[in-house]
Amino acid sequence: MITVHHYLVLSAILFSLGTFGVLTRKNAIVIFMCIELMLNAVNLSFISLSHYLGNMDGQIFVLFIMAVAAAEAAVGLALMIAFFRNRESISVDDFNLLKW
Amino acid sequence: MENLVQAALATVNYAAIMPSLILTGFGMLLLLIGVFSKPGRTSHIAWISIVGLIVAAVASAQAWSALGATGVEFGFTNHVAQDGFALFFNFIFLVSAALTILMSDDYLKREGYAVGEYYALILFTTAGAMWMASGTDMMTIFLGLEVLSISLYVLAGFFRRDARSNEAGLKYFLLGAFSTGFLLYGMALLYGVVGTTNIANLGMYLAAHKALVTSPMTIAGMLLLLTGFLFKIAIVPFHMWTPDVYEGAPTPITAFMSAGPKAAAIAALLRFLLLGFDSMQAEWTALFWVLAVLTMTVGNLLAISQTNIKRMLAYSSVSHAGYAMVGIVAANAIGMSGVLYYMLAYAFMNIGAFAVLALAGKQGEENLTLEGFAGFGYKRPFLGVAMCVFLFSLMGLPPTAGFAGKFYVFAGAVEAGYIWLAVIGVLNSALSLYYYLRVMVSMYFREPTEDFAWVSMPMGAMICIILAIAGVLYLGVLPQQVMEMAKTAMF
Repeated sequence: MITVHHYLVLSAILFSLGTFGVLTRKNAIVIFMCIELMLNAVNLSFISLSHYLGNMDGQIFVLFIMAVAAAEAAVGLALMIAFFRNRESISVDDFNLLKW
Repeated sequence: MENLVQAALATVNYAAIMPSLILTGFGMLLLLIGVFSKPGRTSHIAWISIVGLIVAAVASAQAWSALGATGVEFGFTNHVAQDGFALFFNFIFLVSAALTILMSDDYLKREGYAVGEYYALILFTTAGAMWMASGTDMMTIFLGLEVLSISLYVLAGFFRRDARSNEAGLKYFLLGAFSTGFLLYGMALLYGVVGTTNIANLGMYLAAHKALVTSPMTIAGMLLLLTGFLFKIAIVPFHMWTPDVYEGAPTPITAFMSAGPKAAAIAALLRFLLLGFDSMQAEWTALFWVLAVLTMTVGNLLAISQTNIKRMLAYSSVSHAGYAMVGIVAANAIGMSGVLYYMLAYAFMNIGAFAVLALAGKQGEENLTLEGFAGFGYKRPFLGVAMCVFLFSLMGLPPTAGFAGKFYVFAGAVEAGYIWLAVIGVLNSALSLYYYLRVMVSMYFREPTEDFAWVSMPMGAMICIILAIAGVLYLGVLPQQVMEMAKTAMF
C-alpha cells in the first residue's frame, strides 16, 4: 500500500538531490535543471498532500508553479545565452568578474 | 459549470488590486509604445511610466482615505487584502520606482542601452511587489514574488553586452530560483500541516492546535519558508549574492533592488510572521534576534574593507536590513511601524545616494571608487552636498530620515525589553560612520585628480535628487505624521 508518506519521502529525496546538484555542479544549465528538479519535488508534495487532504488548493498551486517555472526558464536561458556570448562559457567557475 | 464560473466571478474585486492593475496596464502600454518609437528615443516612455506611477499613487491614496469607511478591501476569495499595511508599502514601492525611473533615462543613454522595455519591467516589478504586500494567501505571495523576481533578473542583466551585468543577472537568477525552491517547499509542508494556503487560516489553525507548533513538519516548513524570504531581503547568512549582483547590475537597478523589492519581501515576511506564525512568536523572535545582530555586524564589517563605492553601498544595504530586523524582533506597535517607516526612509536615502553615483560615473563606471571620487565635492558642489545629505541619513544622524527611522526601530526594541539588541544596533551605527565618512573625506579632503567634466545634470536625475533630499529632510524633521500613518497601517 502506497501512502502519502511514501510520496512525501520521495519528494524529500528528490528535493535533496536537486539541492545537492545545485551546490556541486559547475555548469549553469545543469544547475538550472537541478533547480527544476527541486520545484518538481515540491509539486509532487503539493499534489500528494492535496489528494490526502481532499483539498484542491494544492493542485491549483502546482499549476501556478509550473507556469512560473516556464517563465523563469525563458528568462534564465536568455541570461545564459547573453553570458555565453560574452564569455564563451557557462561554467560557474567563470563567474569571476565580481569579487571582493 | 456556469454556477462555478459565477461563483468565481462574484469574488472578483478589482478595487482591491487597482494600483497594481494600473501599473500592469501602463506596463503593457509602454511595451507597445516602445515598439512604435524610434530606436534610442526613450524619454517619452520614461515620462509616461512616471504618469503611470502617479496614477497608481492616486489610486492608492484614494483607497487609503476610504480605509476608515470600508476597512479592509478583500478580493478574490480572500487571496488579496488591500489594507493600510499593503497601501503603506504601495507608497514605498511607488516612491522607489519613481525615483529610479527619473534617474534612469540619461544613464541608459550614456551606457548605450536606451530601450523602452526597461521602464515596463520596472512597472511590472512594482506591480509584483504590490501583490506581495497585499497577498493574504501563499499563492498570491508566491506569484507576486515571482513577477517581481523574474523582472528583476532581466533588469540586473540588462546590459547584455557587458559581461559584468551578464554575470550579475545570471548569479541573481540562479540563486533566486534556488531560494524560490526552498520557499515553495516550506509552503508545501505548511500546507500539508494545516490544509490551507491562506495565511490567516494558517495562523488560526496553529493557534487552535498547539501540539502542531512543535511538530517537525511545521518547524521545517517555517524555516524553509523563512529561508526564501531572508534570501530576498539579503539577511546574513543569505546575503552572499547581494554585493556581486548590486555591483554588476545597472546603477539605477541596484538602487531600486535595495529599496523596493527588499521592502516587498519584508512586507510578505511580516504578514507571515504576524498572521501565520503568531503562535510561534517566542521561537521566531529568538531566531531574528540572532539574525539581526549577525546581519548588522557582518554587513558593516564587510563594508569597511570596500573601496568600490557601489559595492560598499551594497554591503551597507545588508546592514540596513539588519536594522529593520531589530524592529521585527521588538514585535510591538512602535517597532513594527518603525520597520515600515525605516523602509520608506531607506528608499529615499539609498536611491538618492545611488542617483549621485549614477551621475558621477563615466561610461562603464570604472571610476566609482574612493580614489575616483577625490575632490568630487569641490568640482560638483551641488552633487557633493546632496551626497553628504544622503550619507548623513544612511549613518543615522539627525535631522535626517535615517535618524528618525533608527530611533523608532531601536525605541521599539528598548520598549520590548531588548536593551542589548538596541545597544548592538547603536554600536553598529557608530561602526558604519567609518565607511560613510571615508566617502566624504575622499570628496572634500583630497586633491581632485579629475575635472569631472563628463558629469552632466539632466533634468530627470535632478528632480530625483531634489525629491530624495526633500524626502530625507521631511521624514527626518517632521516624522510624526508619517509615523502615525505607519501606526494605522499595522494590523
